[in-house]
Amino acid sequence: MSANLTPRAKFATTLLRTAAALSRATGRGDGSVIGGRVGLIVEPRLLELLAEGRHVVLISGTNGKTTTTRFTTAAIEAIGKVATNSFGANMPTGHTTALAKAPKAEYAALECDEHYLGQLLDAASPKVVALLNLSRDQLDRAMEVTALAAKWRQTLQASAAQTTVVANADDPLIVWAASVCQRVVWVAAGQSWTADSAICPNCGSHLDRFGEFWRCTNCGLNRPSPQWSVAQQGEAVVGPDGRRYELNLQLPGRVNRANAATALAIASLFGVDPAQAAPRLSEVASVAGRYAKVEREGRHLRLLLAKNPAGWLESFDMIDPNPPVVLSLNAREVDGFDTSWIYDVDFTSLAGRKVVVTGDRRTDLAVRLEVDGVDFLVVDDIRAAIAAVPPGPVEVVANYTAFQDIRAEFNRVN
Amino acid sequence: MSTLRIVWLYPDLLSTYGDRGNLLVLAHRARTRGIDVEPMQVRSDQRIPHTADMYLIGGGEDGPQAVAAERLLDDGALNRAAEAGKPILAICAGYQLLGESFYANGRAYAGLNILDLRSDRGPSRAVGEIAGDAAPQLGIGPITGFENHGGRTHLGEAVQPLARVTAGVGNDGATEGAWAGHVIGTYMHGPALSRNPRIADLLLAWAVGTDPAHLPPIDDTWPERLRAERFQAVTAAQ
Ligand SMILES: [Zn+2]
Repeated sequence: MSANLTPRAKFATTLLRTAAALSRATGRGDGSVIGGRVGLIVEPRLLELLAEGRHVVLISGTNGKTTTTRFTTAAIEAIGKVATNSFGANMPTGHTTALAKAPKAEYAALECDEHYLGQLLDAASPKVVALLNLSRDQLDRAMEVTALAAKWRQTLQASAAQTTVVANADDPLIVWAASVCQRVVWVAAGQSWTADSAICPNCGSHLDRFGEFWRCTNCGLNRPSPQWSVAQQGEAVVGPDGRRYELNLQLPGRVNRANAATALAIASLFGVDPAQAAPRLSEVASVAGRYAKVEREGRHLRLLLAKNPAGWLESFDMIDPNPPVVLSLNAREVDGFDTSWIYDVDFTSLAGRKVVVTGDRRTDLAVRLEVDGVDFLVVDDIRAAIAAVPPGPVEVVANYTAFQDIRAEFNRVN
Repeated sequence: MSTLRIVWLYPDLLSTYGDRGNLLVLAHRARTRGIDVEPMQVRSDQRIPHTADMYLIGGGEDGPQAVAAERLLDDGALNRAAEAGKPILAICAGYQLLGESFYANGRAYAGLNILDLRSDRGPSRAVGEIAGDAAPQLGIGPITGFENHGGRTHLGEAVQPLARVTAGVGNDGATEGAWAGHVIGTYMHGPALSRNPRIADLLLAWAVGTDPAHLPPIDDTWPERLRAERFQAVTAAQ
């Protein structure tokens, strides 16, 4: 830990904190990225030095990594302090800042961008790596996701034998990537988007699916038996010995129960008793605005972020069946300029309820909903959307910048 | 015709950018007019039914494109469908493989030779909005879409360009897509028909053996508004 830092690394850490604080004070965000950048210029090995001697878990995947990192942090805090990149700054600059800001934390739970996993494995020598899922999003289309899984597989094969991987048994790409590791803990974390894994990543043949089980018709790659799963009945996680850990999550949906299962699996590898960790997950009310509940003129909005087809399908699975739904779509640079992916999302489950659409690309959504036979109302912005629904609960689903626009309307709610 | 059978070919290989959208748009526009539709998804390890009324093939990366072309040549049903005058809509990688040859994985592959064209690599990837003035005899109005491809396509004598490019790249910066008989190919990727409902109607009219003008009209307020927005965005960027 920081007691062992070289003078140069100590100096780099001080500069990093100053830069981050300045950036915050001048209103340019939380300062994670700029702080980390400054620190790494002064000491390129800063991340490695700051990680040394700590028990680190890296959490990566297309969807759910921010929430799972938050759950994991809450769980491990049962036994000690945890450094974490809670602002979603999930590249090495953000990791460096997270570690520099918590010099006394013995543990670190780091959310990791899919493309930086290899670099982080080298720099942070993690005790545990958690791999959640891989599916298409704006930057990584279907086949690129398979290429990413191949890269992970290669990196993991070369990584230290003392690392344990916690991996999703329901995602064939994850299973293929993780199966090269000596120590794997399998979690049945579900898969809401199967179209990117119709083909075996190992040999290119078709995968057969029977219920939750899947196998390759040619090479035999198949679903490993999970040690951890989400209970079929009630809200609970089932552990390796068949023991139930009751959940009382504030965050909705099966996908968050699966994130909880992954967090408990990670925590138990750190020596946390899952029975002690599980109740701590109920304290998580929102994650960087996701799942946040806000009120305006008697409308109680729940904000759901959904950046890609899998994310939209997960949101539709989470929302309560009756309240009106507001959908907001943008196509700015970070969202991707192309809206074609909305045709990968099935909207028919929204038929019969009140649906209001907004965002820069609301007309694209209108055409999409019409094709799926869903009635809708188009409005200019979130204020108009609120005015268009009766007082009571409202579910809001938005992609990245559309979500940030809505957060801004509510004072950047966390 | 009792039921319109529309085959979506090889979604396991060629479905990268919401390609399902074309099947959904066609089914929606047919059903709104009281035409029953049976959508059929055919995986690359299944035989292609040759009794269908229309065939759709989508976009994808190099590897799957090469595999798809090989399986389509082995199967033969798509070539027979083209010879029988069945409407075919081919998008991006699917468009390229209908030609004489195409480039993938750094080499040339034989295509199905349904359209008189061949494709190779361009100097840079074409990514962004594409717009164009369509061949007037098709009666489909200007076209609008999104393209994302590294290929360039050279048209032979036996095909016509689908459109003259007004924004974007398409085949070569001058023309976009191609058509011959009842076969249409385009670089407008994914759900191209959602922004070009009159291409959808043309395909439907061909499939049921009528003139598009004889199809009952549909309220196209939203697709027309979307088209206007996209043309305006393209003009504003120029
Ligand atoms: Zn296989």
